[in-house]
Formats: sequence, structure tokens, C-alpha cells
Amino acid sequence: MEATTSAPSAESHDSHGHHQEQSFVSKYLLSTDHKVIGMQYMFTGLAMAIIGGLLAYVFRMQLAYPGEPVPGYGVVTPNVYNSLVTMHGTIMIFWVAMPVLIAAFGNFLIPLMIGCDDMVFPRINRLSYQVFLLSTIILLASFFVPGGAFGGAWTSYPPLSAFPEYNLTPLGAPLWVVAVSLEFIAFLLGGINFITTLMNSRAKGMGMFDIPLVCWMIIIASILFMLSVGPLIAGAVLLLFDQTIGTHFYDANAGGDPLVWQHLFWFFGHPEVYVVLLPAMGIVADIIPVFARKKFFGYKLALFTVFGTGILSFVVWAHHQFVSGIDPRMSNLFTVTTLLISIPIAELCFLYIATLYRGSIEFSVPMLWALSFVASFLMGGVTGIHLGASGADIFFHDTYFVVAHFHYTFFPIAIIGVYAGITYWYPKIFGRHMNETVNKIHFWTTFIPFNLIFLPLFLLGLAGQHRRIYDFTNFPQLSGENLQHLRIVATTSLIIMLIAQIPFIINFFWSMFNGKKAEKNPWKANTLEWTVDSPPPHGNWPELPAVYRGPYEYSVPGRKDDYWPQNEPAK
Amino acid sequence: MSATTFQRPIATTRSVTGISTGKLAVWWILASEVVIFGGLLVYFMLMRLHHGAIWMAESQHTRMEAGAINTFVLLTSSLFAVLAHQAAESGDGKKAAKFLWYTIGGAIMFLCVKAWEWTGEISHGYVLTKNIFWGCYYCITGLHGVHVVAGAIIMGFVAKDAARGKDLQRVECIGIYWHFVDIIWLFLFPLFYTSTAG
Repeated sequence: MEATTSAPSAESHDSHGHHQEQSFVSKYLLSTDHKVIGMQYMFTGLAMAIIGGLLAYVFRMQLAYPGEPVPGYGVVTPNVYNSLVTMHGTIMIFWVAMPVLIAAFGNFLIPLMIGCDDMVFPRINRLSYQVFLLSTIILLASFFVPGGAFGGAWTSYPPLSAFPEYNLTPLGAPLWVVAVSLEFIAFLLGGINFITTLMNSRAKGMGMFDIPLVCWMIIIASILFMLSVGPLIAGAVLLLFDQTIGTHFYDANAGGDPLVWQHLFWFFGHPEVYVVLLPAMGIVADIIPVFARKKFFGYKLALFTVFGTGILSFVVWAHHQFVSGIDPRMSNLFTVTTLLISIPIAELCFLYIATLYRGSIEFSVPMLWALSFVASFLMGGVTGIHLGASGADIFFHDTYFVVAHFHYTFFPIAIIGVYAGITYWYPKIFGRHMNETVNKIHFWTTFIPFNLIFLPLFLLGLAGQHRRIYDFTNFPQLSGENLQHLRIVATTSLIIMLIAQIPFIINFFWSMFNGKKAEKNPWKANTLEWTVDSPPPHGNWPELPAVYRGPYEYSVPGRKDDYWPQNEPAK
Repeated sequence: MSATTFQRPIATTRSVTGISTGKLAVWWILASEVVIFGGLLVYFMLMRLHHGAIWMAESQHTRMEAGAINTFVLLTSSLFAVLAHQAAESGDGKKAAKFLWYTIGGAIMFLCVKAWEWTGEISHGYVLTKNIFWGCYYCITGLHGVHVVAGAIIMGFVAKDAARGKDLQRVECIGIYWHFVDIIWLFLFPLFYTSTAG
């Protein structure tokens, strides 16, 4: 069967013709090269992050100073507030966390880390980005249709999402469903590519346990995504029919069942948490050993832990529905599974800490981000225990406690994890170093305000402040006394944090052209991506590497160097 | 790189697992399809448990003879897909292409029967928006129909290449996909056509 493909007989690149001059369009927009596609995903994702952050600015201003015109935007009406919150959630999860963490890092890293020249299906890879771009355009276009962007919350529960007379966004709602469905299809295409590449195209000598953890975690995330998203795609089409042609799948008045949507959504939605968490965890797992100069503590244990997490993540979804009217006996079951899943994740955090123990730690920028990930995710995880127990959840569920908990998990994932990855691989991606001082300032001016945004929200939640209220002055009986200052602290911190991103953005683009040139292996790391030129050429290696050992052999006794690249033959 | 000069990377030709990359990818696609149809079928069955009376009344009006003909047509087309694979294994691209075209013929026949069936139902007022049963009926069998159309189109491209002896390994991949479409139908047929009692 292999013989029928037009395979080059020797593993060399002479036939690729990558030396010829290419136009800008074919080199950067229509390329099938995994690195270019990864960058397309990254730039799109980061642009969407800016939009998502600015949306948060507008509605946080409304919460801190209700009714007053927001500088740079104007007065926020209730409908607009709904749209802003919905789109902030949608964009940050589906258009920032997923494209950057999985698609961008996955595309860039997997072929480089397993020692091959590209993804196994480069054209499907390109198609994946094009579908994703189409979905992005549809989502952004929905801001400009009559009625504005979808205002039925990012979870899109019917009947709120199904009827325009409830959500007041007759065109935004179907566009949202179409955009999200297309985006899922894009990631399905990408995911199949990732999984097949990792399974089939590893370098000679690279066994299952020689794969860097970040690759493993991206692959396991892709598998989780693939096995959970199907019902939601199907369910989204049914929702689209409910919205547009008047079917009754989720309409309780006509025999449908709105709870089914919640099940379909969270059957995907909870594994989705791990879909974005695992790549971030993997990035951290790859950074910590490099800057602690120590072997990763318990590679196989970490791997099996992640397998376990993946399996468990399919049976916890209904903990999002404790107040939705599901059977209390089912709540008990899902409480147990939810508390169980905190064990493997806590275990991973312990493995990171054990890796640090007696290492020689260097507080470089990526390491700062990696450590802050562990610290802040721990906060998110521990407060998750409160919410996983159905009894406590019934009190907390509709308060700001949930918002704070959620952001203590997703901010580390989607922002801290991404910054860790960008600062760590930047020299490889662009061939130059970023300015370290600016990056350190950026780290502290992001990390401290982040805590000051969400710690007040925990307090608000404990005080019972309802999380879906657009203007507390309209509901004096729901508003606790003397709590407004906490909202103002959160909003002010958000503004500081948003401003703090400006030096990073300038540094990012300035260093691309003017930074100090990076050598092949600036961090003295072991994994294969550090054995190619920075930036890697098309085809990556002139001669594809072979692998002789695991990825984390640091400070091996009896060796002159404290690192041992995977491709270096033993003496 | 434009499509004409596109050359497969070395990654595509590697096979650490011993399974070709194409076949591996098809199996993963099928895994994702299983959950898509799985979600819909679970929804269908939950609704059936909740609304036994509606189901009993409405499912009398699906046309079992159309479903039965289509089952026969699809199973026969799957046989042709197997014969095409067998021909491809022995390196006979022309023969493989011929059998693939027979399979496509089966797909077209299936769609014709479907069109006749749906026309009859719609003209009797059993439309998508009538109630949950008909909503499920059109959405689930419609999604299956989309898979038939997509499979037939891809098969056309595979057959065209196979006739010139190119990429014969794809005959098996499209065959695997086709059997899957067939198996889905084997779930839909009893659910919508034969189990008409509450």
C-alpha cells in the first residue's frame, strides 16, 4: 500500500523545491507549512484576545459605574450588556484558548518535537485554518447585524437562545450557532491531523514514553475534543433549526426538552475545560524541567494521570446543572465524580512542585509564567471543590463566586499558559529574543492585577451577589451594602491589566525584527525543536533526526553538560 | 505552494503504527462520527421514551417499503466497495474504479428513493416542523443523507484517480467510510421504519 504513494525513497528534502521564491500570499496565506499555519492561528487568536479583553472592559465599567457612559464606548444598554458578556465568553474560550493553545502550539510544536517535516495532511491543515477564519469572520460580522451580536450567554441555553423574543438578537443568535459549529469543524480537521501525525510520524527511535509531555497533552486534548464535540455539533444544528425554521427540539411547549441542550452542551463543555487545560499544563510541564535543570518528576505517572483525567472528564458534565432541575440523585453521582477529578489534577501540580524540589531554578520569564500558572490554577482548582459539591453549589451557583472560580481556572490556561508558551518558544518561532526586562515588567503588571480582579469577585460571591445582573442599582434588594467598592477595585485592576499588555504587544512586534538573534538552543533544552535552526526552515531539518532518549534528561551525573539532547547518540 | 506542485511531506509516508496514515485518519474520523450520530440517536431514544404516544401515532406514516429498498441498495453498494478494495489490493485500478462507480450508482439510487419518499411525506403534511418525531426523522435521516452525498462525491474523485492507477490505497479508505455510512443506516432503519409500536 505504501508503495503506491509517490514517496521519496530516501528521507531527504531535495525534491521539495522550497528554495524557490514565493509571493507573500502563497508563503504566508496559502502555505501548507505547519509552522505558518500555527502562526496564522496564533495571530488570529491573539487579535481575538484583544477584542475579548476590550469587551470585558466595557461591561466591567458598566458594573463599576452603572448607567454612566463608558469612555470610548458610550452608554451600555441591557441588550448590549448581554451581547458583550456572551461574546466575551465565546471569544475567549473558542477563539482564543482553543486556537492559540491547541491549534497554534500544536501545529508549530508537534512536527518539530517528534522530528518530522510537516503534519501528515498539510492541505487538510490549511483547510482547517481557512474554515476557522471563516468562522471568525462570521462571529465578528454578527456584531454589525440588526439587533447586534448574540445575547443569550455563551452557554446558549434554550429557550433563551432559541427565541428572538427572549434574547432580542434575531440575527446574532443563528450567526453565533453557525460560527461556533464551523469552528468546531475546523478543530476536528486539525485534531485528526494532530493525532495521526503523533501516532504515525514520530522520528526513528522515539517510543511512546520519549514524546515531550506537551505533545502528549495536546494529543489527548484533541482526542477528548473529538469524542465530545459531535453531539454538540448535532445539537447546534437542531438549535439552529429551532431558531430559524420553527422546529421544536428544545421547546417544552411543543414536546421538546430544553434540558437536552444543557446535557449536549456540557457533555462537550466539561471535557472542553480539559481540552484547553491540558495543552497549558503541557507547556508548563515542558518549561519547568528546563529552568529547574532537573528531570521531570514522574513522567509516566503524569501521563497516566492525564489519561485518567481524560476518561473522568466525560462523566462530570452535569455538575454544571445542579440548579437546572436535574434529579437530585443524579447530582450525588456527579458530585462524586467531580470531586474525584480534582485528584489527578492536584497530582499533576504536585509533580510540578516535585520537579522543582532541589533543582537549580532560574527565574526567567517563561519560568515565571509557568510557576504563576501552577499557583493560580491551584486557586481555581480548590474553589472548584466548593462548586463540585452539589449542596454548596446550590448556594454559590448564581453568584460571582462561580465567575471568580471560572476565571481562576481559565485565566491561567488561556492567558498565563499562552504567555508561558510564547515567551519560551519565541526565539524558535521568530529566530530572535524578546526584551527580557519589558517581559518581566509585563509579567508582574499582568499577574498582580489579575488577582486583584478576581479575588474581589470571590468576596462578592460569598456575599451572595448575583452574577447575571446588569445594573445593581435597579435591584437594591439583591445588592449587599458597601460592596460596590469591590466591583470598582476589580474594574480598575482590569484596566491596569489591559494597559499592561501594550508594552508586551510592542515588544512582540519590535523583537520580531530588531531583537537579539537567537541561536539554535538558547535555553539549553533537550527536545527536538531546539535542534533545528531558529526560525526553522520549510521542511525543518536537512536530515530528519533520530531519537535516543527521553525528553527530560537534565543534570545527568557524569556528563559535562547539564542537558542531553534527545537526538544525541550515546557514546 | 500551489496545488499543482504540492508534494506529500515525509511525515505522510511514515508509519510507526504499521497502519497507513490515510487509514488511521479515516478511523479517527469515524470515531468522531460515531459520537455525532450517537448524540442524535440518544436524543431520539430519550424523546421516544418520553412521548410514546406521539411516536406510535406518527411512526405509522413512515414508508417501510422505501426504507427496506434503501437498506437493500446500501448493502449492495457496500458489497461493490469491498470488490473495489479487492481489485485495488491486486493492483487493478481500472477494475477498482469500475466497482467504485457501481457503488456511486447505489448512492444515487438511495437518494432517488429518499427523494420520492420525502416528497410523499411532505405532500401529506408530515413536515419538519410538525412535531418532535418528524423533526428527528428529517434531521437524522437528512444528516445520514448528507454523508451519502459526501461519500459519493469523494468516491468519484478516488475512482478517477484509481482508474489511472494513482493512490490506490484510497480505495480502502473510502470503502471503510462507506461501510460506516451503511452501518448508520442499519441503526436508522429499525428505529424509524420497523419499530412502529409504542
